[in-house]
Amino acid sequence: MRIALTVNGARREVDDVWEGESLLYALRERMGLAGAKNACEQGECGSCTVYLDGLPVCSCLVAAGQAQDREVTTVEGLGGSSEDSGDEAELDPVQQAFVRCGAVQCGFCTPGLVVTTHDLIRRNPEPSDPEIREALAGNLCRCTGYEKILDAVRSAAAEVRS
Amino acid sequence: MTTTETSTRTSGGIGESPLRPDGRLKVTGRFAYSSDLWHEDMVWGVTLRSPHPHARIVAIDTTAALAVPGVDAVLTAADVPGRNATGLEHQDTPALADEVVRYEGEPVALVAADHPETARRAAARIVVTYEELPALTDPRRALDEDAPQVHAQGNLVREMHIRRGDPEPTAPVVVSLEFEVGMQDQAFLGPESGLAIPDGEGGLDLHVATQWLHVDQQQIQGVLGLGPEQVRLHLAGVGGAFGGREDLSMHVHASLLALHTGRPVKMSYSREESFFGHVHRHPAWLRYEFGADHDGRLRYASADILFDGGAYASSTGAVVGNGGTLGLGPYAIPNVRVDARGVYTNNPPCGAMRGFGCVQAAFAHEALMDELADRLGMDRVAIRALNGMREGDRNITGQVIDSAAPVAELIGIVRDLPLPAPRAEVDLRELPGGVSNTTHGEGVVRGVGYAVTYKNVGFSEGFDDYSTARVRLELTGGEPVATVHTAAAEVGQGLITVEQQICRTELGVERVVVHPKDTTVGSGGSTSASRQTYVTGGAVKAACEAVRTTVLARATELLGRTGLHLDGDKVVSATGEVVAGLAEVLADGGVEETVEWRHRPTHPIDPETGQGDAHVQYAFSAHRAVVDVDVELGLVKVVALDTAQDVGKAINPDAVVGQIHGGSAQGMGLALMEEIVVTDGHVRNPSFTDYLIPTILDMPPMQVEVLEYADPHAPYGVRGVGEPPTISSGPAVAAAVRAATGKALRRVPLRPEAITGV
Repeated sequence: MRIALTVNGARREVDDVWEGESLLYALRERMGLAGAKNACEQGECGSCTVYLDGLPVCSCLVAAGQAQDREVTTVEGLGGSSEDSGDEAELDPVQQAFVRCGAVQCGFCTPGLVVTTHDLIRRNPEPSDPEIREALAGNLCRCTGYEKILDAVRSAAAEVRS
Repeated sequence: MTTTETSTRTSGGIGESPLRPDGRLKVTGRFAYSSDLWHEDMVWGVTLRSPHPHARIVAIDTTAALAVPGVDAVLTAADVPGRNATGLEHQDTPALADEVVRYEGEPVALVAADHPETARRAAARIVVTYEELPALTDPRRALDEDAPQVHAQGNLVREMHIRRGDPEPTAPVVVSLEFEVGMQDQAFLGPESGLAIPDGEGGLDLHVATQWLHVDQQQIQGVLGLGPEQVRLHLAGVGGAFGGREDLSMHVHASLLALHTGRPVKMSYSREESFFGHVHRHPAWLRYEFGADHDGRLRYASADILFDGGAYASSTGAVVGNGGTLGLGPYAIPNVRVDARGVYTNNPPCGAMRGFGCVQAAFAHEALMDELADRLGMDRVAIRALNGMREGDRNITGQVIDSAAPVAELIGIVRDLPLPAPRAEVDLRELPGGVSNTTHGEGVVRGVGYAVTYKNVGFSEGFDDYSTARVRLELTGGEPVATVHTAAAEVGQGLITVEQQICRTELGVERVVVHPKDTTVGSGGSTSASRQTYVTGGAVKAACEAVRTTVLARATELLGRTGLHLDGDKVVSATGEVVAGLAEVLADGGVEETVEWRHRPTHPIDPETGQGDAHVQYAFSAHRAVVDVDVELGLVKVVALDTAQDVGKAINPDAVVGQIHGGSAQGMGLALMEEIVVTDGHVRNPSFTDYLIPTILDMPPMQVEVLEYADPHAPYGVRGVGEPPTISSGPAVAAAVRAATGKALRRVPLRPEAITGV
């Protein structure tokens, strides 16, 4: 089938989509947007988190066809991807904070955490630690023990507030 | 040009915490992990796996699978062109099962098709006729005479015996216990995946996530029947490893399909397949006894340790080696008996995971140390400080600990760190059970537990453990730029940052390019055993030194002066004059040196006494855990997990702390929640729904104290960092739960039913 949707602000039409394909698969394998990650593909790890009409979802749990005529924003759409200049200013404050605070090790969980954190700070610009933990509870990380991720979220929130 | 200006040190060298060079790519989603690879002509490969823990393959009919539109190939063992055997220590693992399957999930056949779903549906149409065989699923029965034989040579993978001092020691105070450790999974997030691209001339390029490119290359070329120059490996982005990528997974399968179809083949496991597609941490059964004087000093210790190796050897032999030589913990003990064994069963194969044989043992020796302290009415910290190794002591294999062994200091540091405040008000989010609203504080008891550990760094028992580094220094746009090329795998830990830092410090240049990791340079050895900063770091340092020597020789010739040295990017005379800039010396071309670097040799241990200098370095750590336990429901909330560790020299202090955080989380996971449940040879929970790893709600805040007692034998004094936190954190958590509940709790993970005793 053909699906048409808006991805990171641009209208996309994708052909030959099999009905059983997830939005995650369509993004990664048919649109060349591999930022959303395939760690569990059953909605447990949050690595595939994207915005769907402004709400964060696990794109592995959304059928590609369900995204018809809807707006998707992936980690690539948050910042830093439109050019290769290496200009730090192009990154979203959340992305900057994750790099600055050492919240990235293997980085496989990072795109999902960046999107989830972006959503948290948008809703709550001054989250307490328990609120951060609650918001990020659906994003698994195996490398960091989450301490530096907490640092990054606090730092990004402070940056956005200022 | 001759000036006397003082050169300034290059920033971003060792001891600083420059940001990782791949951070920007990772936060923007542009970093290419092995599962992100794509080729316009590629097809998808999938694996058909055995549903039985032990069975004979009577027949395989691929006709129906081949008839599925879109299918390019269906392969079985009959299609393996070379030797159908792989393995890290023993070549006992078929690339595709031939005649017999020995565990549930063993690869039997492969399919390549134009869509992964097509390939999966075709694989489901392969008809394999099995004749089920009796399965050996209890490792405690493996060496019985009537046990089913997993391999023709018997069920013993390795046994190790350590005997030291009095063979029949006695002591006035004796304590003993039995302990059991469940099967833990590495649970790296990036699935096994990669892309094999045939070169049209019989060879191929394999882009894959792995921990050791060259040992993969050796195994793959054997299966394919090709030479090393025909099998070129390239490290794709690695989404975590933790030991689970030491063995081959899809590597050889994608390669077989690529050569057969002549097309690029991508494979990427689902999470469920990942649980079957890599080895796990060995479950272990441990029986320990300590004898001590009334003052708490250990007089003797004995241990029997059994590791379930599963169906194939993987690195079971080395795990037995570690469990045996290190299994009594970081204590000075005059009289010792240890018997450690690893056996074959028809359970999932087990191999490397962070902590490698020491993790299981630490649960037992730390539980028993608490038992001894309680029996004597001693403080649990004091008894560890009393018996803790000190520099100059001999360990249980008779090896002198010839650098810092600050056991007493480490455990003292964690004892003295501030404790979390008692719970003041009820906040569900901070109670066991969380917002499930299972308690408002009633039935909740706080406990504190301690543990110390030590771990070998690098490969042991005489293994030729080396790394290769190629460093090139040249002018780019008029500026000196270093390029460092090693095959040592970056798996997230930050080795590429460390390689850059060493080049900056040694060569005085700001810009350091990390060449992609591949097999066009010599082996970097394994990214395991906490060894890469030490060994590949040592190789990079040595290659930089060789570059410096060549640069100075060229400067001597160019300037007609002797006694020169390099200070940052300046060539300086014996009297301290700056006589040239690096750029002038490099104007005629770059300088490149390749060095193979080895740490001090280790030695095999005596097969009868277990005595010998088996390890090159030891790393020590201590943890204190504070837990709140709902003793009525068996739910645990870890309130604090604090640690102290000696790292010799922190090359990148922020990354060191990051390793300690992450390692501690994995140890805590094993103590409380992580277990692959295997019954009758079948894995019952191959998903992140049913196999739980710590979330951000489970992890408490951590206080981390880092000591830097330089090891005089190691480059810059470094000591391996990655594994000790995983070893001491779990036993501290278990001890804290025991303290809160008063229960013995001799099995991890601690299940609610064990905590409540129902």
